[in-house]
Amino acid sequence: MSQKKQMEEYMKQVEAFVEEVKKSTGLPIVPDQRTGAALWFDQRELSIRYTISVERIRKFFEGLAEGKVYATKCKHCGATYFPPQADCPKCRRGDMEWIEITGEGELLTYTIIYTKPASFAHYPDYTVGIARFPQGVNVLAWVRETDPKKLRVGMKVRLEVVRRQPENYLTYELVPVDEQG
Amino acid sequence: MGRRVAIVGVGHSKYGYRNDVSLAELAWESIKQALNDAGIGQEDIDYVVYGNVGVWSSEPLPAVVINEYAGLTPRGTVRVEAACATGSAAIKLGHDIVASGEADIVLVVGVEKMNESPTPTVVELIGRAGNYFWEFENFGLTFPGYYALYATAYMARYGATEEDLCKVAVKNHYYASMNPKAHFPRQITLEQCMQSRYIAWPLKLFDCSPITDGSAAVILASEEIARKLTDTPVWIKAIGTASDTSNISRRPDFLLRRGVMEAARMAYKKAGIDPENPARYLDAAEVHDAFTIAEILTYEELGFAKPGEGYKLIREGQTYIGGLIPVNVSGGLKAKGHPLGATGVGMAVELTKQLRGEADKGRQVPVKNGMAVANNVGGTGHYAYVMIYSLQP
Ligand SMILES: [Zn+2]
Repeated sequence: MSQKKQMEEYMKQVEAFVEEVKKSTGLPIVPDQRTGAALWFDQRELSIRYTISVERIRKFFEGLAEGKVYATKCKHCGATYFPPQADCPKCRRGDMEWIEITGEGELLTYTIIYTKPASFAHYPDYTVGIARFPQGVNVLAWVRETDPKKLRVGMKVRLEVVRRQPENYLTYELVPVDEQG
Repeated sequence: MGRRVAIVGVGHSKYGYRNDVSLAELAWESIKQALNDAGIGQEDIDYVVYGNVGVWSSEPLPAVVINEYAGLTPRGTVRVEAACATGSAAIKLGHDIVASGEADIVLVVGVEKMNESPTPTVVELIGRAGNYFWEFENFGLTFPGYYALYATAYMARYGATEEDLCKVAVKNHYYASMNPKAHFPRQITLEQCMQSRYIAWPLKLFDCSPITDGSAAVILASEEIARKLTDTPVWIKAIGTASDTSNISRRPDFLLRRGVMEAARMAYKKAGIDPENPARYLDAAEVHDAFTIAEILTYEELGFAKPGEGYKLIREGQTYIGGLIPVNVSGGLKAKGHPLGATGVGMAVELTKQLRGEADKGRQVPVKNGMAVANNVGGTGHYAYVMIYSLQP
């Protein structure tokens, strides 16, 4: 059972229990499972989903649709930014060009996430790594390998745009180069 | 420069799974102790600073709710946030208010009630505290995950092992076993740690600090007032603070956190401590061991060991009492617990008690220099605070 299913099952049981208790006592107060302390089960649920402004780096997302991952480079001082920035704080100008991150990167570090956040609980265990690319930028992304024996610091990886499932949106991954043969 | 500032009263709740109390009741436990310790009343307090990260707990304006519960209304108040370094940020604000002459007595309270939300929600909310869009939205990093990125890079470069990491946990649980205020007041073995399940490879369950509820409070006073209130004021000798990139991928190196090093440099300079050999000046250190690798990195960042040699200190037992410098004899975040807003204030309470010679039996450090250091790190090095507490102003 996925971590998400386990969580949902657990919450369903708790909610059903609270409903039973409310029927008999009129109050959403249940004993803490571990300590027996009285807990008020919140009757107001808060669910939040943000809208995040990406207008000024829209080109980055257009790049993903073309299978490219872009960084920004300041036309004035040459500073390179990934994640891409629309502004260069060094020379206080906003005159940037888009450069593609290509070639083989070197894996600087990685971890495999076993205990997942609630909103990632529906995925199998995943590897997060950081790789340095020839363009002089570091990219943090999932690595397409979850066996710790097949991962090592210094291994070569390349960037690939993928469609993340089950949400079905474009993002990018680090792919070990050896795996491609 | 400003006026000198001393701690004249301290309070500390039992840390742990505190579903027996509300947020305000939990804060009151340490506020009450601090007022009694300083021998003053609520009417003597000029201003109150609350360190609380919140979101997992239900009160969106905890400062006013607790002020009312604790009989502190209508004193002015504010809530401060600096991730896991929130408590230290609250102390810095309280310190600066007294140092500036704006107030004579300031109460600083750190409080966190993380268990008001289910664990997966807490894991989610902490995980979102890196750089949200570029790290969490697409890649779901967790806090153990962030520190695992440090651990992987450190082990690959310097040859430290998972056993070395576990030795930090064993030490901190050993001292927590003598601290009745600790979340886990019990010892663990190296085998227990090594056999615990992976949370974020290579970090295991016993490499990680728990989700903790708790509160701590300190009363800060100007020199003139402090000398009237107590014979043993503990002075805030120096505060160093710095920051680092929100995006961990933008760090030039994963093995030394620039923010922590810069904060240490500032604090040592202000306190007159030789950065080449700080252990000679200090009787104890409370450092940010939210994950075992963090304690090892901190040995190097605070100058107790050379870069790449921090793990040798724990291998050789040099951070136990009797070694080079005792580190986290409270049990640390690892075993005493890590209620985010309370953590930095709890460190101040611990070191005040150590310097006064009032720590629990078996974990009191010998007080030779009368000076101690606290290092509190928010996020993955995002916020860095280094405080020097001293018996001498
Ligand atoms: Zn520029």
